[in-house]
Amino acid sequence: MYQYTDTDQNLVDQRVAQFRRQTEQFLKGELSEDHYRALRLRNGVYIQTHAPLLRVAGPYGLLNSKQVRKLAHIARFYDKNYCHFTTRQNIQFNWPKLEQIPDILAELASVQMHSIQTSGNCMRNTTADHLAGVCVDEIEDPRPYCEIIRQWTTLHPEFDYLPRKFKIAVSGALHDRAATQFHDIGLHLVKNADGVVGFKVMVGGGLGRTPIIGQVIKPYLEKTHLLSYLEAVLRIYNLYGRRDNKYKARIKILVKESSLAKFSALVDKEWLQLKDNNELSAERIDAMCAQFSAPTYDDQAAEDQSFAEHQITNQAFATWVKHNTADHKVAGYRAAFISLKAPESPPGDISDDQLDAVADLADAYSFGEIRATHRQNLILADIKQADLFVLWQKLAELKLATPNIGTATDMICCPGLDFCSLANAGSIGIAKEINEALDDMDYIHDIGDLKINMSGCMNGCAHQSVGHIGILGVDKKGTEWYQLTLGGSSENNAAIGERLGPAVAKDKITLAIVTILDVYIKQRLEEESFLDMVSRVGITPFKEQVYATH
Amino acid sequence: MQLIKDQQIIDNTWQYIADDDEPKSGDISVSFARWQRDKQQLLAHEGKLGVRMSSTDSVDELADDLEKLQLIELDFPDFADGRLFSQAWLLRGRYHYQGEIRAIGYYIPDQVFYLARVGVNAFSPKVSEELSDIMNKLNDFTVNYQRSIN
Repeated sequence: MYQYTDTDQNLVDQRVAQFRRQTEQFLKGELSEDHYRALRLRNGVYIQTHAPLLRVAGPYGLLNSKQVRKLAHIARFYDKNYCHFTTRQNIQFNWPKLEQIPDILAELASVQMHSIQTSGNCMRNTTADHLAGVCVDEIEDPRPYCEIIRQWTTLHPEFDYLPRKFKIAVSGALHDRAATQFHDIGLHLVKNADGVVGFKVMVGGGLGRTPIIGQVIKPYLEKTHLLSYLEAVLRIYNLYGRRDNKYKARIKILVKESSLAKFSALVDKEWLQLKDNNELSAERIDAMCAQFSAPTYDDQAAEDQSFAEHQITNQAFATWVKHNTADHKVAGYRAAFISLKAPESPPGDISDDQLDAVADLADAYSFGEIRATHRQNLILADIKQADLFVLWQKLAELKLATPNIGTATDMICCPGLDFCSLANAGSIGIAKEINEALDDMDYIHDIGDLKINMSGCMNGCAHQSVGHIGILGVDKKGTEWYQLTLGGSSENNAAIGERLGPAVAKDKITLAIVTILDVYIKQRLEEESFLDMVSRVGITPFKEQVYATH
Repeated sequence: MQLIKDQQIIDNTWQYIADDDEPKSGDISVSFARWQRDKQQLLAHEGKLGVRMSSTDSVDELADDLEKLQLIELDFPDFADGRLFSQAWLLRGRYHYQGEIRAIGYYIPDQVFYLARVGVNAFSPKVSEELSDIMNKLNDFTVNYQRSIN
């Protein structure tokens, strides 16, 4: 994985010093609340219901064991012994003290981490496929391009005060696991007719209040033009994006209101004037790719027999392998998911002790690397099949082996009313209640592939509009209600969920979910997934049953 | 009032002439709207000329006149309005403007490092106490990742 150069290290160190000065000025009353707010947001610091929240960047979700141990240390020393993984591969601390945040940032800088531009109206952390570099359907590893984009976006002098936040995601595989169609810019590595790899560029996608599927603005962009094209898009957005209404300020609204054709013409006009002066050289790309070269795999790994034997003799292990591991491009290896969706803990949360233990497991079995996924889980991406049984045993002891990846209880959930000052309704409590109602693993496995996403307000941090089942918390005269949607997807078949009907009261929401799943079990065709059934029959059969009891 | 130009504290020698006021002697700047309206008359003025741009004015429309102007003021209505950063870049990067680009209005000292990178070379403080803060913050970083003007 990428190792910082002196430039990278100086930059994060100087950023820590800058934020320390700004925080001191603020605490002394020399910097106004309004000014400091803009500056702290650009360092990942929100003020939440109870305390500041610090969002740390997980660059395209990739972490090493030393960094994970540092997260454990921060959780233990500065916070309440846990942290939270987000849907954008970032890490959040819920209870830091504002005056200690510069110290936390210095701790992070000591292991090549930072919180730069993880919030605020600027270019955010670039995300990628969590199986990048190891998946079987990959055209090219997206991570070198993510790092190039990370550097280009970081402290960009022209684009730090955009109309609104700006998110870029990159996928290099046939199957889109990075939700690229729901980003301000989505990049897909694709081959042209001559077999040369470049980028398909999508623009104007996004979730939140107005979910919109991104549109293709460039079907094929040569790699050398990556940064000049991004610069052109950002300049047009910075100059013409709406600043009169924050709910209409994302690039998706500019693209929609001006039409893709008109927006694209503006970008092209700008780009043609730039593209020969700011190009990405083949040498730079090659040097960056070398930073992400594959580890030294054991070419005998596939000869192991114990993996198959354990699956025959141990049903629980076989179930975990089926749900919580994924195919690897190298024979004899698999990628292992670490489920952060144990029934007893809030989705995406992990304790300091678990973090330390995961770092040890990564060192022992997976070349010292850990990845964060878009569904708030972790991955050890390079596990030899012979090591999977012992890894599973150790994860089970740590309560990190719930075999529910991709199932009904692998819910995405925002912090909700428990922590967030924006939320209208609770989400963690509802997730727990749904978990308790679905406590039969066989039933969950019978339901199969299902993505339930739940947000506590319209801002949609848990991407409810692209959940197969979406749950949105709304406030009705001071009480918590929940709006349901069905049929959303953030993958290749991108779709925005359809609203089922009127919002459901808090004490009826779990029943509604159970009812929806019962309709699916009764009416599905053989081998038909929940999402496939919703697209076949529509929402009516679900609607009839859910509202029949009300 | 004093201001910072090219990392030096200097006295301001320019006067802004409001749209309805008569031009005074010396170096003057006017709004972009007035420049468009009274260009011919202003060109006869003895003294240097400048234009004050708001974040909604178009740099492209000023491009043909840049040789006649020694000062362009970028007037921040609010520090969060980032359009002026792109306008500065366009003035230097696209139109190769060589004169003074001065940030005025409601930008904040914590933005001057970025403003300097996109080509702003003069900073007018809101209050004179800000001068040293601005001067210090011009040097917040010694490294950067991307090509810009500086």
